[in-house]
Amino acid sequence: MQSINVVNIDPNEAVQTIDGSMTEARRQLEVCNACRYCESFCSVFPAVNRERTFSESTITQLANLCHNCRGCHYACQYTAPHEFGINIPKVLAEVRQNSWQDNAMPAFMARAFHRSGAALAVAVVIGFALLLWLINQLPQSINANFGEGFYSQLSHNAMIAIFIPAFLLPVLAIAISVRRYWRSVGGTQLQLSHIKAALASVAKMRNLAGGSGEGCNFEDEDRFSNARRWYHQATMIGFLLCFAATSVGTLMHYLFDMQAPYPLFSLPKMLGVSGGVLLSIGTLGLGVLKLQADRDLADRRVWGGEMGFIILLFLVSTSGLALYVLAASPWLPELLAFHLGSVLAFFVLMPFSKMVHGFYRLAALLREQQLQ
Amino acid sequence: MIQQAKTYDLVVIGGGNAALCAAITAAEHGSTVLILEGAPKPYRGGNSRHTRNFRCMHQEPLAVLTDRYTEEEYFEDLLKVTKGKTDEKLARVAIRGTEESYAWMEAHGVRFQPSLSGTLSLSRTNAFFMGGGKALVNAYYRTASKLGVEVMYEAQVTHLERCGNRIEAVEFTHQGRSHRLTPKAIIVASGGFQADLDWLASAWGPAAKNFLIRGTPYNKGAVLRDLLDQGAESVGDPTQCHAVAIDGRAPKFDGGIVTRLDCVPFSVVVNNAAQRFYDEGEDVWPKRYAIWGRLVAAQPEQVGYVIIDAKSLELFMPSVFPPIKADSIEELAEKLTLPPEALQNTIEEFNAACRPGQFHPTELDGLATDGISPAKTNWARPIDTPPYYGYSLRTGVTFTYLGLKVDETAQVQSAEGPIENLWAAGETMAGSILGQGYLAGFGMTIGTVFGRIAGKEAANYAKH
Repeated sequence: MQSINVVNIDPNEAVQTIDGSMTEARRQLEVCNACRYCESFCSVFPAVNRERTFSESTITQLANLCHNCRGCHYACQYTAPHEFGINIPKVLAEVRQNSWQDNAMPAFMARAFHRSGAALAVAVVIGFALLLWLINQLPQSINANFGEGFYSQLSHNAMIAIFIPAFLLPVLAIAISVRRYWRSVGGTQLQLSHIKAALASVAKMRNLAGGSGEGCNFEDEDRFSNARRWYHQATMIGFLLCFAATSVGTLMHYLFDMQAPYPLFSLPKMLGVSGGVLLSIGTLGLGVLKLQADRDLADRRVWGGEMGFIILLFLVSTSGLALYVLAASPWLPELLAFHLGSVLAFFVLMPFSKMVHGFYRLAALLREQQLQ
Repeated sequence: MIQQAKTYDLVVIGGGNAALCAAITAAEHGSTVLILEGAPKPYRGGNSRHTRNFRCMHQEPLAVLTDRYTEEEYFEDLLKVTKGKTDEKLARVAIRGTEESYAWMEAHGVRFQPSLSGTLSLSRTNAFFMGGGKALVNAYYRTASKLGVEVMYEAQVTHLERCGNRIEAVEFTHQGRSHRLTPKAIIVASGGFQADLDWLASAWGPAAKNFLIRGTPYNKGAVLRDLLDQGAESVGDPTQCHAVAIDGRAPKFDGGIVTRLDCVPFSVVVNNAAQRFYDEGEDVWPKRYAIWGRLVAAQPEQVGYVIIDAKSLELFMPSVFPPIKADSIEELAEKLTLPPEALQNTIEEFNAACRPGQFHPTELDGLATDGISPAKTNWARPIDTPPYYGYSLRTGVTFTYLGLKVDETAQVQSAEGPIENLWAAGETMAGSILGQGYLAGFGMTIGTVFGRIAGKEAANYAKH
């Protein structure tokens, strides 16, 4: 009898090289393609079943389509200790992570910040220190002349001068890297129907629904739960609301000459406070779930970076809410510096942190629509 | 021997589908239940881990099931595959129980999905479990746990102590120590004996040593043997089992579904002397895959070789291991360790017997050979387009049919009458219904329906 060639799996030694993860993913997907039991869990398996062989670009696309719901893993008859050693959530997480890091610009930044929560923390501290220094350095009299509220601490123009480039340059870097991804997976001209379907999938987080709508197998082994799906949506919607609040505020400032601080029943405040609350709840929930989840069903290299990113988002939203509540506090300058510093760190690190997952996932969902 | 202080109304031996259906049902009828699962937790669930669907009768479209599948049609399908070797009463109990079981399964955590790609022919008759059998097993363990059912893993039952028409005690080992329990009732749901190769060899002869076991290595039939030794009545023929031809490179145990090869209808199959031995195109594959295990078992060394050419490579489900590939028949023969000249002759002879006609891969196309024996009666196209591909075939045993004789209440029978506190469900009693042959998804039917019956009967018994 011929022996089978099975890559030896040592759970303590993650397959970390790009080629290693890619080869391992191919081996595992070939097992999946001969089995097909997981067809209804998510978008990945129907996409697997369209193929007979798996090119690197196909595997990268499948990896970005995977939302790490883990339903397939707990259902799999071939997970360790079985000699086939299937662990699709892990190997696809590794390929996915590699695709983000390789396409990032510059790639060395991505490698540092994706992996290290400590690096993220240092970035926040630097942002905080920078803002505090600015607040203290700019002559109070100048600031005072410029406005009231937060602008009495740091003028609107100074904020804009810092945050516009700190936002636009990272967005540009993300656009370039997602474009690289799009080309590498063979993406073509988009049609409105693709966009509609992909956005609908995002809105419902269909790929975290576990096929039957009962959610993923994340925090408690094979128990289905929508907790992660709802916390993720709270985070995403909260983030978009906060972003909308800032955008609306900026438009009001420049187009209508309506300057902050705004009353509670104004568009920026209502969007910002509700968004901040959702973002705080969502990130707190995601962080707690992440502590409970099995770390071996993801890319172990980036656990710290991912946790750091969740904490950073939590700090951004919570410090923003604190500013609203504690506007009259003597600690306002420090609090403002902390909030703006963490926002700054968040923006600057967008291309090099978990933040890119949203853009890549959307691209993968769009590509999947084209392939269907 | 440790006499367990804690007492249970019911001990269920085994931890697969039938055991779980029995345990859940009994717990819902008020019994305290302990499951003794022989396997460690990652391998819990026996062969149910590898299953994927459940054959279910229905009068009208039922969730994922299309059209209708009546009791009569279901029973006729069973008669066809078993060639009449079935117990009609028990078979009808199983079949009738399926329709209502569908809802029961959903209520206890099982989720269904539409028929998998490549299995459209089963969308009317078989309901597929979302994620397959291990997901079903996981859901049942969750449900059982909520109902207070206790589970011991790696608990190997060594002996059931029979006194007259009762089982007085259950003896088992766990973590290196022997234990003894005296429950009011016992359900045996610990599968067939296919993982005990010596037992298989005693029925099959030394050929059995070349068989691969598709499922769990833990089904060694220890409890079955113990009960038969104590006068429990058996049914079935020890050589009968569910056996299919699988990829010869599959692991010895637990290869499961992925080791199947669906290319036989488009191929020429030879033995190790490079001679054909059966009509590869007798019928569509879902109706024939279960006979090829026995066909290969009857060949020298219990091995077969399936040969296709480039024309057919994409007509069947991808294989888990890539096929052996060669540019000529001779080279392929060498790679497969077949006599090259003999294979060359067999293929040439086959090719010369092929006739022109329309080829339809998905239906009986009548494209038959002329003038060779055995004939290939459908899909006979010459093997002439390189590259050529080959796979070795081995007999893959899913489960054995020799089992415990039960009545319609799943109660185990002995020569002296029923054993009053012993029931059996699943593969360990499937031989009553499956005398030979196999019907896809019927193992889960027997396990689910008789598991539930046994659970209810045992719980009622334990109350009195």
